[in-house]
Amino acid sequence: MTVKYDEILDRLGLHLQQVAGTKLEFDEDTNLIEGLGLDSYKVLDLMLEVEDEFDISVPMNLLTDVHTVRDLAQLIEQLKPAQ
Amino acid sequence: MTLLSKFDSLAADRAALLSTGFDPFGIPIEQIYSPTEALIKGRRILLAGTNNYLGLTFAPECIQAVHEAIDREGTGTTGSRMANGSFAGHRALEQELADFYECRSAIVFTTGYQANLAMISGLARAGEDTLLIDADCHASIYDGCRLSGADVIRFRHNNVADLDKRLRRLGDRAAGALIIVEGIYSMLGDRAPLADFVDLKNTYGSYLLVDEAHSLGVLGHYGRGLVEETDLINEVDFIVGTFSKSLGSTGGYCASNHPELDLLRYTSRPFVFTASPPPTVVASTRAALPLLREGVVLRKKLWENARRLYQHLDGLGYKLGPEPSPVIAVLLESREQARALWEGLFEHGIYVNLIFAPATPGNESLVRCSVSAVHTGEQIDHICQAFAELRELASAS
Ligand SMILES: Cc1ncc(COP(=O)(O)O)c(C=O)c1O
Repeated sequence: MTVKYDEILDRLGLHLQQVAGTKLEFDEDTNLIEGLGLDSYKVLDLMLEVEDEFDISVPMNLLTDVHTVRDLAQLIEQLKPAQ
Repeated sequence: MTLLSKFDSLAADRAALLSTGFDPFGIPIEQIYSPTEALIKGRRILLAGTNNYLGLTFAPECIQAVHEAIDREGTGTTGSRMANGSFAGHRALEQELADFYECRSAIVFTTGYQANLAMISGLARAGEDTLLIDADCHASIYDGCRLSGADVIRFRHNNVADLDKRLRRLGDRAAGALIIVEGIYSMLGDRAPLADFVDLKNTYGSYLLVDEAHSLGVLGHYGRGLVEETDLINEVDFIVGTFSKSLGSTGGYCASNHPELDLLRYTSRPFVFTASPPPTVVASTRAALPLLREGVVLRKKLWENARRLYQHLDGLGYKLGPEPSPVIAVLLESREQARALWEGLFEHGIYVNLIFAPATPGNESLVRCSVSAVHTGEQIDHICQAFAELRELASAS
């Protein structure tokens, strides 16, 4: 069984909340850098958490195509985390 | 955003930086007097941020060698070694580096930055290989990874369990992956737990590259770096380093027992497509290498100075990197605090490095000192005293 997209989004949301500050509102279209105020270093640190959350490897080089929360959730889905 | 409009915010930041005096990220050195003193803004300033660990930039042996080389071989090589050939000095330096590490061969690169670009992009292929890098690795390592196009996995700084977990996740691909760490880290001055990383690479059948940029000449009886200090020279696959710090010139190298190293001369773009080091640089590096190797007394003095400054700053309650080393970083909560401390030190006639978050580990800004073997006791006293007087500037806001 692999994890469903909606569940990925929920679990990812908790980590985004943590790095971006608790009060921030975001949805799938929110841009990680402009919308959440992350810099490229924070995105890399976020990815360490995300990899551990889903027990997957997300190569840094795949992040060049990730701009929004949806892009990131879809990438995680593609990498097929086990439940 | 247009090509140039993205610079608007940087231009504003820079204007703010310059409005208070001058640019800490591009200080004008009007005259350099010695490894530890220069004329800056009309004042004689004590240099404590130059990574000139052994103070060899004015070693008479090196200066003499440069004079002879320039008379004999001219000012430059005017091209890459593939096109313009390898001068006798290039080949001799490579042999001397191989002898220094007692390993099969070594390659010399034009800078340390290019050594990492050349090694990483030369070894790893897009779509085939995997690189695992410590999160705190230097920009040249990150850039080498990008240039390779290979899959890059970052692990938490100096965290053996974290690397283990990430290797495990790779499954079969862990065998043959390249792990990259540094001897002493340039930002906080801490060192890698190398023996544990060697154990992991052996367990998974991976390869290990260690960048000894800040540990060459600093660690080990003969100054061979962390690999010597931990007695692991033969366990590490690729030892990379730079001539620009303890050897007092410029250039980079890799030493290895793998015969494939020599094949990178034909395939690695940052080796093939750039001019080779000029005869002067090769000559001073060759003259410096035996001084470094035999520099047991210099190393002792370096570590005495480093421990003294570290312990003094620690005693004053500054937040520092985790262990004493010739790189001593003071961590500050805000850019403003870091800037104020940096300026205060400059007012006291001391030059150190200012590094703003986010280009730092964690989220703190740094005032980073680097200590040299040729700093005198009085110079270290002067630095200690200035930090004591400026202590308030680093208090929690
Ligand atoms: C860890 C590390 N590797 C490589 C380099 C690059 O060396 P170079 O200055 O010779 O280009 C540096 C220097 O800043 C460094 O700190």
